[in-house]
Amino acid sequence: MSETVSAAEPGKAPEESEQCESYLEAGGHTLMSWLTTTDHKRIGILYAIAITFFFFIAGIAIGLVRLELMSPRGLFLSDDEYNRLFSLHGIVMVWFFLVPSIPATFGNFFLPLMIGAKDVAFPRLNLLSWYVYLLAAGFACYAIVAGGVDTGWTFYTPFSSLYSNGNVLAAAAGVFVAGFSSIATGVNFITTTHMLRAPGMTWFRLPLFVWAIYATSVVIVLATPILAMSLLLIIAERLFGLPVFNPNDGGDPILFQHLFWFYSHPAVYIMILPAMGVISEVFTCFARRHIFGYAMMIYAILGIAVIGFFVWGHHMFVSGESQFANLMFSLLSFLVAVPSAIKVFNWTATLYRGSISFEAPMVYAMGFVGLFTMGGLTGLFLASIPIDVHVTDTYFVVAHFHYIMVGGSVSAFFAALHFWWPKITGKLYSEAWARFAAVIMFLGFNSTFLPQYIMGYTGMPRRYHVYPPEFQAYHVLSSMGALVLLTAYMLPLVYLTWSLFHGKKAPANPWRATGLEWQTPSPPPEYNFEEIPRVDTLPYEYHPENQGGPFRPQGKVIGGK
Amino acid sequence: MSDDPSVVQFPWPTVARQREGVAFGMWTFLGSEILFFGGLLLTYAVYRTLYPQAFNSGSAATDIFYGTINTALLLTSSFIMTMALRGSESGSRGVVAACMLTTAAFGLAFLAVKGLEYAEDIDKHLVPGPHFPLHPPARLFFAFYWVATGVHAIHLLVGILVAVFLGIRVALRQMAPESTAIEAASLYWHFVDSVWIVLYALIYLPGRSGA
Repeated sequence: MSETVSAAEPGKAPEESEQCESYLEAGGHTLMSWLTTTDHKRIGILYAIAITFFFFIAGIAIGLVRLELMSPRGLFLSDDEYNRLFSLHGIVMVWFFLVPSIPATFGNFFLPLMIGAKDVAFPRLNLLSWYVYLLAAGFACYAIVAGGVDTGWTFYTPFSSLYSNGNVLAAAAGVFVAGFSSIATGVNFITTTHMLRAPGMTWFRLPLFVWAIYATSVVIVLATPILAMSLLLIIAERLFGLPVFNPNDGGDPILFQHLFWFYSHPAVYIMILPAMGVISEVFTCFARRHIFGYAMMIYAILGIAVIGFFVWGHHMFVSGESQFANLMFSLLSFLVAVPSAIKVFNWTATLYRGSISFEAPMVYAMGFVGLFTMGGLTGLFLASIPIDVHVTDTYFVVAHFHYIMVGGSVSAFFAALHFWWPKITGKLYSEAWARFAAVIMFLGFNSTFLPQYIMGYTGMPRRYHVYPPEFQAYHVLSSMGALVLLTAYMLPLVYLTWSLFHGKKAPANPWRATGLEWQTPSPPPEYNFEEIPRVDTLPYEYHPENQGGPFRPQGKVIGGK
Repeated sequence: MSDDPSVVQFPWPTVARQREGVAFGMWTFLGSEILFFGGLLLTYAVYRTLYPQAFNSGSAATDIFYGTINTALLLTSSFIMTMALRGSESGSRGVVAACMLTTAAFGLAFLAVKGLEYAEDIDKHLVPGPHFPLHPPARLFFAFYWVATGVHAIHLLVGILVAVFLGIRVALRQMAPESTAIEAASLYWHFVDSVWIVLYALIYLPGRSGA
């Protein structure tokens, strides 16, 4: 990046300068320039570093669990250590990786770029939310180092409030504080989307990734506070002996489950909606087709966000809910599958008669659609009460949500990483290695979690440390798959890092994509655009009729290509 | 004063847009806050439905004198906060600074009264524990009482700190009286006040009407 031209002098009009300094150059290379930045792009990268760290922490925890499960009698862990490891895996993966994963990294980086804004609405609040995340991470790390938590990620009462001797307080405080970070980011994104869209960027011209991040932010803002309150009540009970869920005083432990799942089911959509946004961007670009049913895609996103708030009871079919409540929650859970299915059909229809190419982001995205569909269809099994009663708390459930969370969200995270890597870093990675890793990831994922469906359906309960020997074959297969998956996750770390130093310089728009973020240089200048662009067309004009040229960008960007 | 450089902040194009955006952002955050207290109010609703008698006796054990004084203090503080906002609209530095600091003083008075009430509650063993004087389900009422008033007091403390910070900065001419932060602070203050009005009804009033 040595050829970067210095920033325009104060008196000089911006159009006259040849190229603005990139965000990586402007402000300097010092550590302080990163730790005090209010640039949404740098904050996105700060988040990326933090969540990558936690991804591997939680990955190591589950690696040990999978190793232990190779033998029906266990290998090297005590019961208590085992409980603490899978709890650690769940808590860290959900709140310190998955919830912030796509929104706080790619959302932060690309939401303002895609709507033609110079930054998010409240840049300092944005930086603050990263520090709040770090504070939360500090609590979580303390809980881990001080011996761990054994409640599972769900913190069910009365175990968590009265009986557990793990570090429930520190872990709950960590998750509680992480909620503030999420809410601050959510408020920031909602306000940005409402207030800072470029001229001509109407609601029905927004790229679907923006819609997805917007809907996710609404869910974050409305659901996270409920989690915060339920954790606060646990903290009050443990720390001050205030009996909120204590049955001895007439309290109701099931009430905690209601509060917890009122957050945690929408949280599933916090994790998957941004992924759906990414997939929409990638599919339309590499199929060179306008996204099929753009308006329906928006309604589907909003439908998922809204209906997602009314299905939490399906986690509690066996907790003694009334039969009537069970039926309603079952019905609503089937209903939420409708907009999800609309999205899958629309992605598929986008491919129809497209000129598809299989660059790495597309391979990851295709993996997403397959795995998400499997996860979604097994979700319908679980929405049906008789089957759910049969498979509650078995590996079937574990496999189901890993197909959504890992097969879905993590695949989409990698799709996004590869799609936008040239824009973020200004470098091109090795296409062959990236495709290889994508295929390995798909195979490793399936060999890890497909056996879990089968053993779960045949009766293997989740969270068990020792198990009947007839399940060993499945467990060994699953553990071997986890090893392949680990390799697949390490590969991008290697070839992407390599590309930072030795990769070819990326052009502004390597994928010939239509979004505004591709019309500004790679990596983008400090304030994204020299001048706020004017948007004059729908997104995804990949085959514009009578326009000439292979695609039509959403707007002209001065200084871009 | 429309595009006063000391008021408009990056990345907003104009003060008017920024004002709209800051208010919008604060309302969004307050939506989140409503859900936060909503979780607590739900537990209250569930338990009060299950144990109406215990909640009446719990409420009877609270001291409505302190609660009423505090309600009056907070309502007055909200009135003064509104005057601060009016002052901000007309750009009068003195009014904004004085009203902000007075609002904070009323908030502190609330906390002082609350502290007296807490001390008396502790004397009467109204913290759920071994010497708790009432029938067990009333412990649920007092669990709610302590969590709700505690969380509210923390919110109020944040509001006081913000009001003092803004009041001093405006007084010292480090901040324009037209700053968009004034409206955000006032929205937040009124929200905290409104929460107290709900809590007042839920904590002090059950069972006090009629017999």
